[in-house]
Amino acid sequence: MAGLSKCPTGIQGLDEITGGGLPRGRPTLVCGAAGCGKTLLAMEFLVRGTMQFHEPGVFMFFEETAPELAANVASLGFDLPTLVRQKKIVLDHVQVERTEIEESGAYDLEGLFVRLNHAIDSIGAKRVVLDTLEALFAGLPNEAVLRSELRRLFHWLKQKGVTAIITAERGREQLTRHGLEEYVSDCVIVLDHRVSERLATRHLRVVKYRGALHGTNEYPFLIGQDGISVLPITSLKNDHKVSSERVSTGIPRLDAMLGGRGFYRGSTILLTGPPGSGKTSIGAFFAQAAALRGERALYFAFEESPNQIERDMHSIGLHLGGSLKKGLLRFHASRPTLYGLEMHLATMFKEIQTFRPSVVVVDPITSLLVAGSQSEAKSMVTRLIDFLKTEQISALFPSLVSGGRDLPETEIVISSLMDSWVLLQDIESNGERNRILHVLKSRGMAHSNQAREFLITDRGIDLVDTYLGPTGVMTGAARVAEVSRERAEALGIQQEVASRKNALMRKRSALERQVAALRADQETEEEEFQRIDLQAGDRVRARVLERSEMGLARHAESNAVATPRIPSTNGRAR
Amino acid sequence: MSTKRAVRRTAVSRESTPNFWELRLYVAGQTPRSRSAFSNLKKICEDHLPERYSIEVIDLLEQPELSSGDQILAIPTLVRRLPKPMRKIIGDLSDTERVLVGLDLRCASHKG
Repeated sequence: MAGLSKCPTGIQGLDEITGGGLPRGRPTLVCGAAGCGKTLLAMEFLVRGTMQFHEPGVFMFFEETAPELAANVASLGFDLPTLVRQKKIVLDHVQVERTEIEESGAYDLEGLFVRLNHAIDSIGAKRVVLDTLEALFAGLPNEAVLRSELRRLFHWLKQKGVTAIITAERGREQLTRHGLEEYVSDCVIVLDHRVSERLATRHLRVVKYRGALHGTNEYPFLIGQDGISVLPITSLKNDHKVSSERVSTGIPRLDAMLGGRGFYRGSTILLTGPPGSGKTSIGAFFAQAAALRGERALYFAFEESPNQIERDMHSIGLHLGGSLKKGLLRFHASRPTLYGLEMHLATMFKEIQTFRPSVVVVDPITSLLVAGSQSEAKSMVTRLIDFLKTEQISALFPSLVSGGRDLPETEIVISSLMDSWVLLQDIESNGERNRILHVLKSRGMAHSNQAREFLITDRGIDLVDTYLGPTGVMTGAARVAEVSRERAEALGIQQEVASRKNALMRKRSALERQVAALRADQETEEEEFQRIDLQAGDRVRARVLERSEMGLARHAESNAVATPRIPSTNGRAR
Repeated sequence: MSTKRAVRRTAVSRESTPNFWELRLYVAGQTPRSRSAFSNLKKICEDHLPERYSIEVIDLLEQPELSSGDQILAIPTLVRRLPKPMRKIIGDLSDTERVLVGLDLRCASHKG
């Protein structure tokens, strides 16, 4: 089976499901009810064939007229008239009017063969579309002849070596109304457009693909402005590359809480909070931070219009206009109830693939979750996260929760898929509501476990340390009161210290003054003493002198009276 | 039918009479079926429309581009281009009754 060659359709997602495209050189049956997109799928196969793979094609159609067809596909950006002029595509309208046909004797459909052959040869076509071949059943009276001729036609197409798409209406008990699947056995694709819970979603399923592995699930698909895109499960494996690069959240204090440098590139962040807690603001800051780094950011807004977000952000000092103008920031707004979850995701995939952002904000993810059932929701979000991770896109998912502390089921379900979880809370105390931000988890980094008060001011977002009071965490006015109380307390202490210091200084100078006075007293006394001492010496000397003079005068035994020694009573040098 | 385009016309001009049948027979190659269609047609015309018909045989293998003009799918196909409205009869024309109905010749033959 290795030799089975594939013919790429160029249709987003379809080639992934079929492992490379439709079987080359064989017919493929595309069936579905009216309005499923059969004609568009077939036409896109041809247009992309000629534009991307240089394979011209023939479009033979049995129901619409050529101008109708051109108008229908022009809405998808296909310029059929030009392609026809350039001889890349041949449009051949086969009209069968039952009323003007009479049957007489044996016949075959050689005319159709000749006609198709001529169309193929005129441009060297490699691809052929027969759009609703079953119209022939209404137009030709003899069904037996028609059936044998169709069998011959498919055989002939194979011999001709063209890759063909044959479209057919969905039947009640079989795949097609007239059992065409009996003749086309190589590849059968069923398109479906059904409504569940009032939401319509298109699905595509490859029922059969002989000789090749193919996805057998139903895949949602989307008819967008530039054609069909099918949403496959992007990766069944869980082995995406991881980056250790960090990206800023645009809020310095939040970065600081996340180990100082923000989230990892390519990580997914859940941001839960009650209404009005500032989820959109954080999302806008995150997107704007990417735009300021020169990266592209894509913002999916499911609740507000882009203009409203821009205005609201303007009021808190975040000016998105410049980034929008530069094309670095793009909003994609749609109503959550517009279509089903799968369809939303298909749209988002397509937007992401065309815009190639490095940061995506889905605001709020909860809007998407209500568009589908719970089990669906998780698988879809997993697909989206898988896709974002493979593409290394950092994504922020604001998620709306009710005011209470209990987390709804969905939060727990999707939170396990997320790398980081930032929680915003509304705390009511002292007659006011204040916002608090926690980082509940952030894989692979040391993050702060502290609660921070989350302030939205006209200059942006600020995170402020909270106070722990006797009643718990203090925020808002209570925090402000606490701050001023602390400030007063600190001031009081400062003043006391200062006055103590003054007193001490005064005491010291008093002491010094006393010391000086005492020393002065001492000196006075010493001086007094010396004076007395001096006087005493003089008196003694005078007495001795007097005595010796008296002895002389009396002529007393002179030997007995020695020359008096003058005693030195004082140590001081004189 | 020896030529690829056998045109037989009477001397009567089409404009002068409303009872002129301009017929075109589409075939694809010289198959037994196309030969019998031609001979069946010729016989019917000779029987019912003497001198009032023309038959143009178009071989699509030679001129495939002509197949889209008259929206030919089945081979052989007989196209009544005149009188209006256009009618098509598919098959080898072996069922004469059906051919006469298709060509609106039932009344004509009764009248004649």
